[in-house]
Amino acid sequence: MTVDTLRLSAEEANKLIADGAISSDELYRAYLDAIGERDPELHAFLHVCENDPGAGIPIAIKDVIGTKGIPTTAGSKILESYVPVYDSTVIANCRRRGLRVIGKTNTDEFAMGSSTENSAYGPSRNPWDPSRVPGGSGGGSAAAVSAGLAPWALGSDTGGSIKQPAALCGHVGLRPTYGTVSRYGVVAFASSLDQVGPVARTVRDCAFLYSVISGRDENDSTTVDVPEVELPTADDLKGLRIGVPKEMNGVAGIEPGVSAAVNKTLELAESLGASVEECSLPRSVDYGVACYYLIAPAEASANLARYDGVRYGLRDDGADFREMVMKTRHAGFGDEPKRRIMIGAYALSAGYYDAYYGTAQKVRTVIKREHDELFERFDVLVSPTSPTVAFPIGAKIDDPVAMYMNDVLTIPSCMAGLPGLNIPCGLSEGLPVGLQLIGPQFGENTIFRAAHALEGALGFDIVPERLR
Amino acid sequence: MTWEPVIGLEIHVQLKTETKMFCRCRNGFGGEPNSQTCPVCLAFPGALPVPNRRAIEETIKLGLALDCTIAERAVFHRKNYFYPDNPKAYQISQYDEPLCAGGHLDVPTEDGVTRIGITRAHLEEDAAKNVHVATSGRIHGATATLVDFNRCGTPLVEIVTEPDLHDAETAKRFLQLLRQTVVELELSDAELEKGSMRFDVNVSVRPAGSDELRTRTELKNMNSFNFAAKGIEREIARQIRIYEEGGVVEQETLHFDPTHEESPPMRSKEEAQDYRYFPEPDLVPVVPGSDLVDRLRGEIGELPGARIARVAKTLSFYDADVLVTGGLDRLWAAVVAAGADPKEAANVLANQFVATGIDAGAVDAGELAKLVSARAEIPRAAFDEALAKVGEPGFTAAPYLEQKVVADAAELDPIIERIIEANPAQAEQYRGGKQGLLGFFVGQVMKETGGGADPRVVSDRVRTLLS
Repeated sequence: MTVDTLRLSAEEANKLIADGAISSDELYRAYLDAIGERDPELHAFLHVCENDPGAGIPIAIKDVIGTKGIPTTAGSKILESYVPVYDSTVIANCRRRGLRVIGKTNTDEFAMGSSTENSAYGPSRNPWDPSRVPGGSGGGSAAAVSAGLAPWALGSDTGGSIKQPAALCGHVGLRPTYGTVSRYGVVAFASSLDQVGPVARTVRDCAFLYSVISGRDENDSTTVDVPEVELPTADDLKGLRIGVPKEMNGVAGIEPGVSAAVNKTLELAESLGASVEECSLPRSVDYGVACYYLIAPAEASANLARYDGVRYGLRDDGADFREMVMKTRHAGFGDEPKRRIMIGAYALSAGYYDAYYGTAQKVRTVIKREHDELFERFDVLVSPTSPTVAFPIGAKIDDPVAMYMNDVLTIPSCMAGLPGLNIPCGLSEGLPVGLQLIGPQFGENTIFRAAHALEGALGFDIVPERLR
Repeated sequence: MTWEPVIGLEIHVQLKTETKMFCRCRNGFGGEPNSQTCPVCLAFPGALPVPNRRAIEETIKLGLALDCTIAERAVFHRKNYFYPDNPKAYQISQYDEPLCAGGHLDVPTEDGVTRIGITRAHLEEDAAKNVHVATSGRIHGATATLVDFNRCGTPLVEIVTEPDLHDAETAKRFLQLLRQTVVELELSDAELEKGSMRFDVNVSVRPAGSDELRTRTELKNMNSFNFAAKGIEREIARQIRIYEEGGVVEQETLHFDPTHEESPPMRSKEEAQDYRYFPEPDLVPVVPGSDLVDRLRGEIGELPGARIARVAKTLSFYDADVLVTGGLDRLWAAVVAAGADPKEAANVLANQFVATGIDAGAVDAGELAKLVSARAEIPRAAFDEALAKVGEPGFTAAPYLEQKVVADAAELDPIIERIIEANPAQAEQYRGGKQGLLGFFVGQVMKETGGGADPRVVSDRVRTLLS
């Protein structure tokens, strides 16, 4: 049987195997073929597994997620030679369900970026237009799922690294509630923000994969018990109260085509039975990015300190320990990690801690409270995921702040620890526009239900036009 | 001018929990280098810490024993610095929300107690062990460093005192008392030689009567209480000398090496580290409930400090201190209860028994009491032999008590005469006034009798026969 990987959802693929229509190996081979055909152009993968064990369907894994015996570089030269001796909890969970790792996908170095241009191994390309970025940091997983190189993938999201690439490549991506998915084995960027989540072609696939990877993990003290995941079935939005934060829909820099697609989707939601009402998140949007760029780099400055050349990864010899560490880190880290390590170390240093890190933590509490208050009145909050559609490779690489502003709409809910999901909601200038649905803590089921109904009503074709 | 020393201590105690502080690796001394390691304690990418419940409970228990307030909410912080023995390049420690704070330890003295404030007691993880490969084996002059991560992640309690100490002797006694407290709570072996108890000392001096705090120096890596006392005394003298010569004491860390006369400087103020502490985001705050704290409080028995004061009512303060800090006072009380003279029992335990290395818990106090009571009547050799075996299962004193000491002059005189004859030169010198030679003759007789003679009778007879 021939398989059109461009069209196949994970649910359908799984059914093909369950029905005996295709073997797990044949399916795996079909995806390898697709990778062979399209990845030379897209560069979604940093490593392709020839034959990972398992009886189920394949999955692509962002390269910050540790995989036993399979190289895990986090997109960095400093981990070029690193092969983990243990599986992340999320990988162990996937393996228990028979999922087979088909490869490790490209990422901005240590997940720091919004375009994958910060990968030490070169950028990935957007399947809709290879001259454009697929978003980031999880651009590799996004491009792979969008171009049919994997039925689904795992990403990680710190300030938008699942949602924003899903928006730019036109598929589904969930950043789960903080604490619902184990971070054990996942190369840390900013511990209080990092969450692993599903990258998928349909909302139901996304919900199913979330049910596979989530749950309390004794190896991650910050995980909690997770409500049972309900695979969404309903076509309507009756009773759903949608809040539309005006700052997130009217922020400077939102492209008109993006606003138009989002507004059209809101009208559609009303026609499906939802109530749509404007609301406000004044401080979350104003201070979210600034606050994020203190907390995330501060944590990163400590998380990345272990790459010292002593135990694994790159080592550049020096006359003494200090010189060896400095040379190793100078050679091993790219500009963006270095920039964030410096910002973070500064924000934590004596005399500056209160003004920067301490204040940012207080603002974070304010952001969380602002969201909590809205969820007393609304079931989901909606906005564009990214202010823009995919931008050309190179357009923002020399302007870090412009790059950081890509995440202005995804960061606030990340700071609040809340779940957010992207679904494609239309095209602007021939490129996908992403809609962000934000839920309350542990509100994944509500988001899945809303997103699933909208997905059906929108009828968006996730296969990039040029590949159809 | 008279000077008053100001001394503060920082003590680290390794907890003897089954597993390490943040992973499931066995917590134990030794083993092949790097055999007790895992992704967590080697700081592999993605590894996360999970706190050891037992270690938290034991720290709270120690805090209670030191009359500390137990935090309702304690937080782990990251302390950031690069060093080969610190694999994450941060140590998980505690900063401004420690588990225990604001306590004290009363050190008994001849006329009461000296109260030493405990600023805080917090929980952290120990570092790995750097093995500096060089001829001297010490940091200075090392050419390469190997790292053994077996120790890395051992639960470590840090206890910080107020600068309430003003002399080396009290500092030493504080440390001994704290050690015994920790040992009795069964939290740690607290063995200085093995490094399971370590301490740093901050020393400054000021004009007597002043309450200023002058620049302090830190003495590190002292591996015995006596070295600590010696190091403190030497440092006090050094600082006084500097001030009296019109100089300024520099803030520095002195790496104490008992084999050298001076303590060589390790780190000066200019290189002072900024550890960039911040709350450890991989862990949630520790919230010890009052039930837990009450249970732990209930597990604490009478502490050594209180027992010294109690035992000192019967014995001298010195004997009481030695018995309690040596972990022997309970055996002493049992031996006395079984009929031995308190002072005699204390002498035997503090001077002889302690040298045998026998576990006090293994001793049948009734049998030891018989031995102590018969000490004067049985030969010295028999007593020593019995004491060496007093910890063996089923030990009885009876066979040793049957060996009576030779105290009969008629029996001893022929032996003494023979020895005098064999040593005419010494005999002449003694008679010429060299009284110190008495011991020589007594010793010869004791040797001849295999320790079976009563030394008091022997010395009496020697004196008579040589006169």
